[in-house]
Amino acid sequence: MTIHSPTSTTDEILDVTDRTEAVNNGDASDLARTAPRGPVMETRDLNVFYGDFHAVHDVNLSFGRHEITALIGPSGCGKSTVLRSLNRMNDLVAGAKVQGSVTYHGEDIYGPKVDPITVRQHIGMVFQKPNPFPKSIYDNIAYGPRVTGMKVTDMDAVVEDALRGAALWDEVKDKLKSPAYGLSGGQQQRLCIARTIATRPDVILMDEPCSALDPIATARIEDLMSELKTEFTIIIVTHNMQQASRVSDRTAFFTARPDETTGNRTGLLVEFNRTQDIFEAPADPRTEAYITGRFG
Amino acid sequence: MNVAAVTASRATTQSLRTGGNKDRNVASLVFLCALWFSLFFGVAVLVVLIVDTAIAGAGRFDANLFTNYESTVRKGETGFRAGILGSLWLMMSTALLAIPLGIASAVYLEEFADSRAWYNKFVEVNLQNLAAVPSIIYGMLAAAIMTILGYTYQGIVLGGAIALALLILPVIIISTREALRAVPQEIRHGSLALGATVWQTTWRQVLPSAVPGIATGTILGLSRAIGEAAPLIMIGVATVRFDPAWLTDKVAALPVQIYNLASAPQEELQQAASAAIILLLLMILGMNALAILIRNKFQRNW
Ligand SMILES: Nc1ncnc2c1ncn2[C@@H]1O[C@H](COP(=O)(O)OP(=O)(O)OP(=O)(O)O)[C@@H](O)[C@H]1O
Ligand SMILES: [Mg+2]
Repeated sequence: MTIHSPTSTTDEILDVTDRTEAVNNGDASDLARTAPRGPVMETRDLNVFYGDFHAVHDVNLSFGRHEITALIGPSGCGKSTVLRSLNRMNDLVAGAKVQGSVTYHGEDIYGPKVDPITVRQHIGMVFQKPNPFPKSIYDNIAYGPRVTGMKVTDMDAVVEDALRGAALWDEVKDKLKSPAYGLSGGQQQRLCIARTIATRPDVILMDEPCSALDPIATARIEDLMSELKTEFTIIIVTHNMQQASRVSDRTAFFTARPDETTGNRTGLLVEFNRTQDIFEAPADPRTEAYITGRFG
Repeated sequence: MNVAAVTASRATTQSLRTGGNKDRNVASLVFLCALWFSLFFGVAVLVVLIVDTAIAGAGRFDANLFTNYESTVRKGETGFRAGILGSLWLMMSTALLAIPLGIASAVYLEEFADSRAWYNKFVEVNLQNLAAVPSIIYGMLAAAIMTILGYTYQGIVLGGAIALALLILPVIIISTREALRAVPQEIRHGSLALGATVWQTTWRQVLPSAVPGIATGTILGLSRAIGEAAPLIMIGVATVRFDPAWLTDKVAALPVQIYNLASAPQEELQQAASAAIILLLLMILGMNALAILIRNKFQRNW
């Protein structure tokens, strides 16, 4: 990809018409890599509704390049909701409505000309429960590059790179053609991470990626995240305070506040700061109560 | 074990044995007997019917049954060649019509349709009702379609296939939808999160995972179609004495032939009809067995 002037790149990143160009170059995230410095993604006054239910209220966040941002907070405060609205996975929930703006390199991903498919090619997602496809390990990885039309000259190399990137290669290199369901839960989750990085996204969203795993598998994935951050921008939802403080650079604390009239619990962002500050000197008493375990 | 423990355990056993349990035991026994009787009644009637038919047709399980056309002159050698071949033709063309249409409809309804839109709700309700419509109605519908298509002569393969396809379309759609619904949502989300389109997700992930369920439902639908006589009679399927060679040829069908012969006054013809009934039953049984085999072989526990 040749160098664009900063403004034109920004305008074109998620333009549908631009997609073919990105795909032809074989690497969708090249576009993003040439983008100007500054936050990779930002939300401004983000509100999400499920039908009439107001799930999150006025969330303002910004996610820095090559940083890990942790979203923490009690159950039901809307962490997953915010995460899913960052790559338009919320589009799949019937009745979900997003207000405010979510920008990716300055461009609104909910803009009228933006194709959610393109958004997800730039902003990948790893789910709470490992969800490998009912295919071989190899095909699980190759699926993404194939469907997104990446120009791949050597798929074997792509698969190997992705598996190495997810610290899984040594464990599976002799059984690439065997079904992914034969792997352990922790291996399956790393396979899902490998599958995501194989499509070369720019941002990776992870929704409680370790909650179904044992401490050893969790430690492996945490190590992995620190390595991945040199290449990707990572946003992770976690219930594990230790994990948030270990892996993340920034932490956003959410909580839910009941509405006076309806009693519905609407999620809101309480505090967003450097992880060290959040855990060592929280500015808000609610944050302090939560991280010291007196709440939630 | 000390004394207290012994008394305690005895008390427990006693309390288990007392109370209104006797009444319940009698009631549940009566209920169980009623269940057994119902089951016995159903199975007994079926067995008697099959055995009776098998005995009646026993004399006619010979090669002539398969190779000869229907004959009212040499009644002892009358055969079902036209009916068997006709039914096979009808099955093939019904499958070709109904399977793509049924799967496509189900995929639309499950994967693409907005289930809150009024027109989709309308389709939904009608689909449930269509599965309960008497088969003869589909025969009338097919006859009307054939007239519109401009086929003036009756009882051709195409007409029969349209009638049977309409008949089993709801079955195929409903069972395909169930198979699609059994594919976990996580698979779809995993695919979409990689930047695949809904179309790619459906085609490469959902449909392949649903194939066993779809195959099972489709075969069960076809095995229902193969035994139907009423809609075929409605579109004028009658006896022929040649092999069909194309969709526009007149055709016979095994169930229709059986229906005609079973009501004939001659003993030999009735005997042949009984033999053909057993043959038809075996065909249906074979198809159902295949469906079960597919289901068991490919069953996946997510
Ligand atoms: N698909 C949905 N339809 C309707 N309401 C939803 C849906 N998903 C989430 N909600 C509601 O939105 C609110 C926020 O849910 P969300 O899943 O984002 O919380 P969370 O912070 O991720 O919780 P947890 O930590 O338990 O995963 C909850 O009140 C939840 O009931
Ligand atoms: Mg959640």
